Amino acid sequence: MLLFNQLHQLNYYQMSTDTEAPIYTKPALEFKSTSFSVPVLVIQTPELKQIKHQLEEKIAQAPAFFKNSPVLIDLQYVNDAELSFELPPLIEFLHAKKLCAVGISSGNDKQIIAALEYHIPVHSIHSPLSESSQENKNLSKPVAPEVTAEKTAKNAINTVENMLVSQPVRSGQRIYAKGDLTILSHVSAGAEVMAEGNIHIYGALRGRALAGVQGNSKSRIFCSALQAELISIAGHYKTSEDFDNLEQHQPTQVFLQDQALIINTL
Amino acid sequence: MKTKHPHPIVEDKKLARIIVVTSGKGGVGKTTTSAAIAMGLAKKGHKTAVIDFDVGLRNLDLIMGCERRVVYDFVNVINGEATLRQALIKDKRCNQLFILPASQTRDKDALTQEGVGKVLDELSKEFKYIVCDSPAGIERGANLAMYFADDAFVVTNPEVSSVRDSDRMLGILASKSRRAEVGEEAINEYLLLSRYSPERVKLGEMLSVEDVQDILSLHLLGVIPESKSVLNASNSGTPVILDEESNAGQAYADVVARYLGEDVPHRFIDEEKKGLFGKIFGRK
Repeated sequence: MLLFNQLHQLNYYQMSTDTEAPIYTKPALEFKSTSFSVPVLVIQTPELKQIKHQLEEKIAQAPAFFKNSPVLIDLQYVNDAELSFELPPLIEFLHAKKLCAVGISSGNDKQIIAALEYHIPVHSIHSPLSESSQENKNLSKPVAPEVTAEKTAKNAINTVENMLVSQPVRSGQRIYAKGDLTILSHVSAGAEVMAEGNIHIYGALRGRALAGVQGNSKSRIFCSALQAELISIAGHYKTSEDFDNLEQHQPTQVFLQDQALIINTL
Repeated sequence: MKTKHPHPIVEDKKLARIIVVTSGKGGVGKTTTSAAIAMGLAKKGHKTAVIDFDVGLRNLDLIMGCERRVVYDFVNVINGEATLRQALIKDKRCNQLFILPASQTRDKDALTQEGVGKVLDELSKEFKYIVCDSPAGIERGANLAMYFADDAFVVTNPEVSSVRDSDRMLGILASKSRRAEVGEEAINEYLLLSRYSPERVKLGEMLSVEDVQDILSLHLLGVIPESKSVLNASNSGTPVILDEESNAGQAYADVVARYLGEDVPHRFIDEEKKGLFGKIFGRK
């Protein structure tokens, strides 16, 4: 059985670049951590014959989708079940089918050595990928967002760096918080506040607020009055044009549901 | 609206209090305000210097009515081509007031942080208040005008673009001033709402004091009403504060008094109720 899942490279959880409106990296020559969706091939049986057969079936369903597509091979399932699995034949087969293996994950020592011989990077995700195996059996559709959120939330526990701002955030100022961001005053038009977690604003939000900038779709924005220029959660954004018919002077929360931004008064 | 504010405590070593009059946007009344404030402080008996930071577009000397007495300027002093004493112009109306004009033939790159710091240091030994008239914009001239400030008068007109620019300037004051850089207590920021017309606010053509306060949340030092006397004063080279009959002159006098810690109620915020007599003969 083959399953597709989202791959998060370098442990950064970011929405794919095409859904992300503004670009927030500094213009400098440095390594940029970007994330994009790559199909993950979760191996669930050591039987190569079976794998080959089913993979051919899947490719036949959507040949264009698979042509020259990168795949990541997830070996967690077979290794957890302590089934011995030989990597090289699978890699050869993928090559033959015009699929590019771009990495393996959760490989054992033998598989890692084999992968490196093929110049295939070894991806070390310590958190199990298999939790998502029950979901999302549809091949050609990308990824359920809940999976991302779950993992990000797990990750966030270790790296929370909350931030408190007691002064008004003035036009032209930018604030970035690694965890949650709490602002006791207002956020002016032309200001930009970003957080990897939630954003709480106890004054009016008149500028831009971007929560979950690394892709945490469970993060939310709270403010005493929503007069924002732009709101975004995990790359899903709305500009004031899209919500200027709403009540602007009520305490409001913004969250993501089924990939749609929901704006609710509290 | 609170009228009380903590009176600025002058640090023991440094005598002077450096005030920057700034706004971000042009044409809101920075130079008019600088001239009025400086004259007001001087008339209260405080030795005051007012510096024009608008190198290349100098105007302060015109408003102060001393344009024909300019020999040396700010840039000459910074470059060591003249002493401060040579460049300072003593006001003829008030012996406590001195003007340091800007150079008209240079541009703002002639100002250096080191040079400005030196001049301000030297002035600080002798003067009680130093008023820095900032140029518009957020470039070099404006940044240097506010860099050494202790207090900032943010001049804002009751319209959105001016308020937005003031907000931007406040952000810069909070992050790029000397006080912010060395981690001292932040600059005291005061709002000065100029060209205010209660009638137009009532008609919804202008932002009200409350609207502006809602956006900027600043300590309001005063509201200067829109007044013909401001233009007249500029044309005649007299700081408007000397026109004690005019609304604007009185409003600036209130501003100076409030800055010095006096408890003066706010005026000129609401529409004046004029009788029939006032409507016919009323002066604006």
